Order: sequence, then structure tokens, then C-alpha cells
Amino acid sequence: MNNLLVMPLLIPALTAVILIFLKDRIGLQRVISAVSGFINIAVAALIVYQVHTDGIQTLYMGGWMPPYGIVFVADMFAALLVLTTSIVGAACLFFSFASIGEERERYYYYVFFHFLLTGVSGSFLTGDLFNLFVCFEVLLVASYSMIVLGGTRVQLRETLKYILVNVLSSSLFVAAIAYLYAATGTLNMAHLAVRVAEAGQGGIMNVIAVLLLLVFSLKAGLLLFFWLPDSYSAPPLAVRALFGALLTKVGLYAITRTFTLIFIHDTGLTHSLMGWMAGATMILGAVGALAYSDLSRIFNYNIIISVGFLAFGISVLTQDSLNGVVFYLMHDMIAKALLFFLGGMILAASGTEQLKLMGGLIRRYPWTGWMFFILTLALVGVPPLSGFAGKVMMIRSGFGGMHVALALIALASSFVVLYSLIKVFQGVFWGGERSEEEIRPLHYKAMMAPAAVLFVLIILMGIGAETVNGFVMQAGAVLADPAQYINAVMKGVDPDGLSNIIELHDSVSVDVPQ
Amino acid sequence: MELLIALAIGVLFTVGVYLVLSKSLLRILLGTTLITHGVHLLLLTMAGLKTGASPLLGENADSYVDPLPQALILTSIVISFGVSAFFIVLAYRAYRSAGMDDVEGSRGERE
Repeated sequence: MNNLLVMPLLIPALTAVILIFLKDRIGLQRVISAVSGFINIAVAALIVYQVHTDGIQTLYMGGWMPPYGIVFVADMFAALLVLTTSIVGAACLFFSFASIGEERERYYYYVFFHFLLTGVSGSFLTGDLFNLFVCFEVLLVASYSMIVLGGTRVQLRETLKYILVNVLSSSLFVAAIAYLYAATGTLNMAHLAVRVAEAGQGGIMNVIAVLLLLVFSLKAGLLLFFWLPDSYSAPPLAVRALFGALLTKVGLYAITRTFTLIFIHDTGLTHSLMGWMAGATMILGAVGALAYSDLSRIFNYNIIISVGFLAFGISVLTQDSLNGVVFYLMHDMIAKALLFFLGGMILAASGTEQLKLMGGLIRRYPWTGWMFFILTLALVGVPPLSGFAGKVMMIRSGFGGMHVALALIALASSFVVLYSLIKVFQGVFWGGERSEEEIRPLHYKAMMAPAAVLFVLIILMGIGAETVNGFVMQAGAVLADPAQYINAVMKGVDPDGLSNIIELHDSVSVDVPQ
Repeated sequence: MELLIALAIGVLFTVGVYLVLSKSLLRILLGTTLITHGVHLLLLTMAGLKTGASPLLGENADSYVDPLPQALILTSIVISFGVSAFFIVLAYRAYRSAGMDDVEGSRGERE
């Protein structure tokens, strides 16, 4: 039992509720948001420290032991992601101060912002499949509001599509949960893992597994990403940074958790399917990133490429590749947020998204330019930056297993990332200035501060990869060996009580074919 | 009984999918509502229908149904209620302020 685990959920939720009552006091809203952001980072860091020293932490809500009740579990993977989320969230908060505009701030922008963080942290920490659905909904409802806030024509249209896609995928998620409950009689993830292992992963389990894979793919933008490039182009850059950094990653986290813990007994079906979906995602994302010449499309297709890349790492399912997934996931959350921050500065400075209409910004904004260049190298995976270690681990284990084709696609996709972002760099920063007639007002320093922090983090994560790797290895070890997770969650449970539950369930659902 | 309900769920899903695939926003809204209904019914059915009285009438009750799916359905209904309300208001706003009544927004060019 560790009550600290609920704090990453409670702090943003409480902040959001308080902010509702401070509608017109924008200054106070900012102060409270910032304080809450810093407390969140501190709590997340403390959780990482505790998991590092004492192993997996659990919290049984209301003292109900599993499989009853809802359990919160922080293994190293979840704890690291919560920490990254709180850092990226705070950075996005400060970027919002500089760029989001008073109108949005007055209409509950920060309220939605903190509810989004609540949902994201909750998704990472929960150990219950239905609670995962609830946390998904919390973050989705907040994200609907954030996309549409401002109410322009494009925003309205894209929000309608975005909601439709997510309502349908949530319905399928609940359907999958219903099937899973009928088949196993539990929704606690650790208990599910035990039950699925006992029952064997046969026909019905595989149907459920593939259904869950489709649901999470829809959320993560793995193969089923048709909604992503348009929807993520509608809101302002601060919101896009938050979405690009966090939302697809929550889907990827759900895939990782489900397919390293529960459905691991028929990898020939589920993980091969995931692997090929990942390959297709990387190829199609690459086509998109090469085809377009406006900033937001290129950035959005870069999100899709990295989703494919991470899914490839998950599908390989070795200790090494899972380490790589953890490392690269953290890197990608920070790097994507930074990418959109720099994009926001470019957009504010040039007033257009079309590469053809830009140029020469390096004279006025040299720091933005060089940060963009180094970030590009980090995203491609050039050592000693943060993208390198994760990519090496994933591709190495891809070549080591029977995934040579996918590993080659993954390598090729890195070159596409390099090409597409260097194209942006050339178009935006080189050449003569095109928009010199109007020098736009720009809160340059205020925008630069959060970007600089993330930039330093990327470099530190690269140079200090050895230190980070200590934490990453601990996360990967739990992912590769589900027994650790299961034992940590189920350790307080009386085995007799458990068998009673099984009998109860059998007598209750006597009519359901199992 | 399960078979009957299963068929009803199938019909709800079919009609819902058909409506979602149309272009008009109002039909899509109705379609998502029907699909959500189908999902809730599915949750209820999956826990078994015929096995007894109200949930948890005390520790010594002879028979009672599994209360968990009902709690899940309740949660899910509340969530889908909220999301549907948001969706409907959004569609109305899109229609009023941008003249959109289909997902492509092509009709909106008149304003």
C-alpha cells in the first residue's frame, strides 16, 4: 500500500476543480497551474525513487484486495512515464502561458489541461482494465474540449470527426471488456494475466486480444491513423504539443501493458499482427511525411512514424527491445513536445504553415534554428542524443530475432524522418526572408524557456544514457517477466479467498459458454 | 434468453454501423447512441442473465447475480451520456455557426 500513487491523479484533478471557480482571474490561474505542475513533477520523481529502491508499488483503493476493487500499480515503466508526463505537461503549461491567448485562458483552458493530465497519469497507473477505460474517457473528453476551444470552422469539423472515431473505439473497448469478463471473470490486469495463462490463449482469447489491439491502435494511431493528421492540425500549437507528446503514447502504453502482461501466449498471432501493422504504419507515415510541404502535416506524420517504430519494438518482445521501447517512449514524449514548441515559434514568427512561404528565419531566431537542427538529429537517433539508445536496442533485437524485414523498415523510416525534418529546416531557416514586411510580435523569451528546458533534457538523456538506462532496465525487466508484476499485485491476496471467487464466478455465470 | 438478447445486440450494432456510415450528422449521432446501447446490453448479457435475484441481498442470500457488470454498465452509461451530450451540442453549434450538417462540412460553403 502506498497512498502516494494516487497523487499524480489527485493533484491535477483538484487543480482543475479549483480553477473552474477562478474563471476571470487569469493571473491566479497561471500561478496555481504552475505550482500544481511543479508539485506533480516532485511527486512523480518521488514515486520513481520509491519504485527504484523498493520495487513495484501498489495501492488498493478502499482497502479492497484484488481481484475486488481497483488497484493502482506503479512499476518502473508506469512511474517513468508519469514522470515524463509531468515534466512535458509542465513545459506545455509554460508554453501555453506564452502562446495560448487570453480568450482561451478565460474559457477554462487550464481546467481542461489539468483534466487531460489527470486522465493520462491515471491511464499509466491503473491496474484495472475498466478503470483504464474510464481514465481514457477522462483524457478524451478533456481533449475534445481542447481541440474545439476557440470554435473556428476547422476546429468544429475536426472535433466532430475526432469524437466520432473515439466514441466508436471506446464502444469497442467496452465490448472487448465485456467479452473478457465473460471469459475470465475478472478485470484486474494481474489477475487477468493469471487467468489467461491458466485457461490458455485459445480461440476466444485471441478474438478478444485482437479486438483490444484494434481499439488501442485506433487510440495510438497505429495503422488506423486516418483521423490523426487532420485532427491534430486544428488546435493551437500548445495543444498540439500536448497531444503529440502524450495522447498517442497512452495508446502505446495500453498496447505495451496488455501485450506484455496478459496476451503473451500466442505471439505468433497477436504480436506478428502488431509487427506488420507497425511496418505498414512506418511506411504509410513516411509516405505522408514526404508528400506534404506544410509544417503541421509533416510533424503529424512524424508522430505516426514514431508510433509505428515503437509498436515494432513492442512486437519483438525481448528484454532488449522492451528496454528500447521504454527508453524511446520517454525520449519521444519529450522530443515531440519540443518539436511542436519550435513549430509554434516558427508559426508565430512567419504566420504561415506552408514551407514555400517561409525562409531566412535563422537570422532573426538563430537559437530556434539550431535547436531545431539538433532536435532533428535526436529524432533520427544520432548519438550522443536521446533518440540513439532506444533505437539501437530495438533495432538490434529486431535483427537478432526473426524480424529482419521490420528492422530494415524501421531503419529506413529514420532516414525519412531525417529527410522530412531537414526539408523543414532548409525551408524555414535558410534562404532569404520572405515575410520581412511584417515582423510579428512574439513572446520569444517566454516561448523559449520551456523549449530550452526540454532541449537540455534531450541532451542530458543522451549523454547520461547510462544513468537513465539503469531505470530503463528495471522497467524492461518487469515488462519482460510478467510474474514480477503479478506477484507484486497479488502478494497480499489469500489463495483460499481467490479460489472461492473462482467458484462464485463459475456458479454465477453458469449459462455463459466458456 | 441469451440468444435473443445476443440477436438484439447484433441488430443494434448493425443499425448503428449503418447510420454511422451515412453523411448526415444527425444520423451519425443516432448511430453512435445505438452502438453504445448495444455495448451496454452486451456487458449485461456477458455476465449471465438467468441466475437469480438482485445483487447482494446479504451474505446468506440463496442466489444473486454478479453485481460488477451492473456497476460497469452504470459507469459506462454515465460516460456515454456525457459524451453524447457534448457531441450533440457540438453538432448543433457546428450547424448554427458554420452551417455544417455533414462530416465533410461541404454544405457550409454557403455562409
